[in-house]
Amino acid sequence: MTSLMGDPDVTGRFGEFGGRFVPESLMPAVIELEAAFREAWIDPAFRGEYTATLESYAGRPTRLYLAERLSAQVGAEVWLKREDLAHTGSHKINNVIGQALLARRMGKTRLIAETGAGQHGVATATAAALLGLEAKVYMGEVDVARQSLNVFRMRLLGAEVEPVTSGSRTLKDAVNEAMRSWVAALDDTHYCIGSVMGPHPYPWMVREFQRVIGDEARTQFLKAKGSPPDWVVACVGGGSNAAGTFAGFVDTPARLVGVEPAGGAAIGRGVGGIVHGMQSFFLQDEFGQVNEATSISAGLDYPGVGPEHAFLHTVGRARYDQITDDQVLEAVQLLARTEGIICALESAHAIAWLVEHQEEIAGASVVVTLSGRGDKDAETIAARLGFLEGDGHA
Amino acid sequence: MLEATLQALRAKGRHLLVPYLMAGLDPDWLSYVDLVIERGADAVEIGIPFSDPSMDGPVIQRAGEMALARGVTPLSVLAELGSRSFPVPLIVMTYYNIFHHMGEERAVRQLRSAGVQGVIIPDLPLEEGGRWRDLATKEQLDTVQLFSPATPDERIDEILAVAQGFVYGVGLMGVTGERAELAATATTMATRMRPRTSLPVLIGIGISSGDQAAAVIRAGADGVVVGSALLRRVLDNQSPQQIALFIDELRGALDTTEP
Repeated sequence: MTSLMGDPDVTGRFGEFGGRFVPESLMPAVIELEAAFREAWIDPAFRGEYTATLESYAGRPTRLYLAERLSAQVGAEVWLKREDLAHTGSHKINNVIGQALLARRMGKTRLIAETGAGQHGVATATAAALLGLEAKVYMGEVDVARQSLNVFRMRLLGAEVEPVTSGSRTLKDAVNEAMRSWVAALDDTHYCIGSVMGPHPYPWMVREFQRVIGDEARTQFLKAKGSPPDWVVACVGGGSNAAGTFAGFVDTPARLVGVEPAGGAAIGRGVGGIVHGMQSFFLQDEFGQVNEATSISAGLDYPGVGPEHAFLHTVGRARYDQITDDQVLEAVQLLARTEGIICALESAHAIAWLVEHQEEIAGASVVVTLSGRGDKDAETIAARLGFLEGDGHA
Repeated sequence: MLEATLQALRAKGRHLLVPYLMAGLDPDWLSYVDLVIERGADAVEIGIPFSDPSMDGPVIQRAGEMALARGVTPLSVLAELGSRSFPVPLIVMTYYNIFHHMGEERAVRQLRSAGVQGVIIPDLPLEEGGRWRDLATKEQLDTVQLFSPATPDERIDEILAVAQGFVYGVGLMGVTGERAELAATATTMATRMRPRTSLPVLIGIGISSGDQAAAVIRAGADGVVVGSALLRRVLDNQSPQQIALFIDELRGALDTTEP
């Protein structure tokens, strides 16, 4: 480690976290990927194409918006980083554009991906369509059933969606199945991991592809205010939008806050472990079997967390708090009714944190990453709030 | 001890058979261990179930899920193994989180006191396994290394420098499971590994029949590891006689094939 959120050492460690715990059959592939990424990321031609694609296609830079009515409600100056306005409706597009361009550069013709809520699957299918690559997305059978709209979107984009029937049939099992299938298809296939997780170089590479969030927000905030914000807040499942956001502010005095779902708080409630190729924190039973996460937001329904977050927590540079499903539902309505923005349930964790911590942030400036839009969650929210039958009042 | 036992058998010209069984998949699972030993297994690989077996195909996944559903734990498996003695070496296969969670030093002690002589940890590659190997070596617990068809020659030699027990040559690029045809990579692995090491060379993953076992022996292997093809028969509720016939098929092929 040279500095916080810099390049990891050759072993891919952030302190004790991270590493590369994969079967020998995958080792040459992740070593090759690391070399390819290192080379591409310092190549101006690759950086140029990545940046140009994000601008012309994905709608970057996204706005940093001063949410005045929300600010008045919570007693702080709240700026929203509008990743919900990026193409496909969430920050996931930043990462997949980067990985798809890298895959093509490596001569791969096919992408595979895991997905929980379907946002990363949709983003992967989108990037594959854009670059003329094949795509296959692994999705737990349980998630296929509860995120049917995104399953349809992926198929419409030309991707194959493979329901995963092993284990708990959710996101963690989709990761297992994607890794299994990758081993048998290394020649032509790149595994496009959707968060800052997995074996080295993924946690680092995905953070770098997402740091555009934080870099833009920092520039935008400095331009508006002349000095960095007091607080920077983002939701954390695997933690990619938070890692990308924090990367832009880690060397400022801003206090960094990751918001975990209470039912999937790997940092808040997990213990150290080694799963999915990385050393980090995981929800586990007393024997080291991985437990399922249970969150209202499928995108945060992951029992682990990216290793760099485990490190930032351990060294105290970022703090990780928890928000319950009920608080999330309140926050979705609050943002919708004060700002006219329907955000994703994932992102609503960060909004709920503002409400929960009003006293602490009173009068301060806060940048909140709004990681995605809420259309995909309409059914879930309606079912919980009863709007389908009612008159619109919760 | 594992290594010495296998080397001694090999010196006598015997080809080695290491069947894999999932611990605790039914209450009577140790009877399968006894059965395969009785029919000529030279060592037995025992799987401890893990919630996220990312290197295993459908058969071993299902066996693991059954075992976990029965409440099997790493400690219950080791207690069962430790309550008995076995005439051949036992090798435990599981994912690293199980041992990491127990604490590596405690895991090594518990494995040894249960009589286990070797371990296979598929998600603990060369670069990450230094501390584990030091602790295990101190207690004479052999850590078996895996070699894959994708492993470059220089890397093979690096891994061989820390290899113990035997060389586990992965027969194909993929997860555990039966295959109708032997992958070309299985015989290639045997041929590649044979001149590079004095350790016994066993090929596993995708070895599903006596004919396939014979083919890798002819290519230079000293033996085979057979998992899914055996476990599938157990999961299909085949009788002990039918399972014995399958082990006999493998044993017969190994005993009658010349390298």
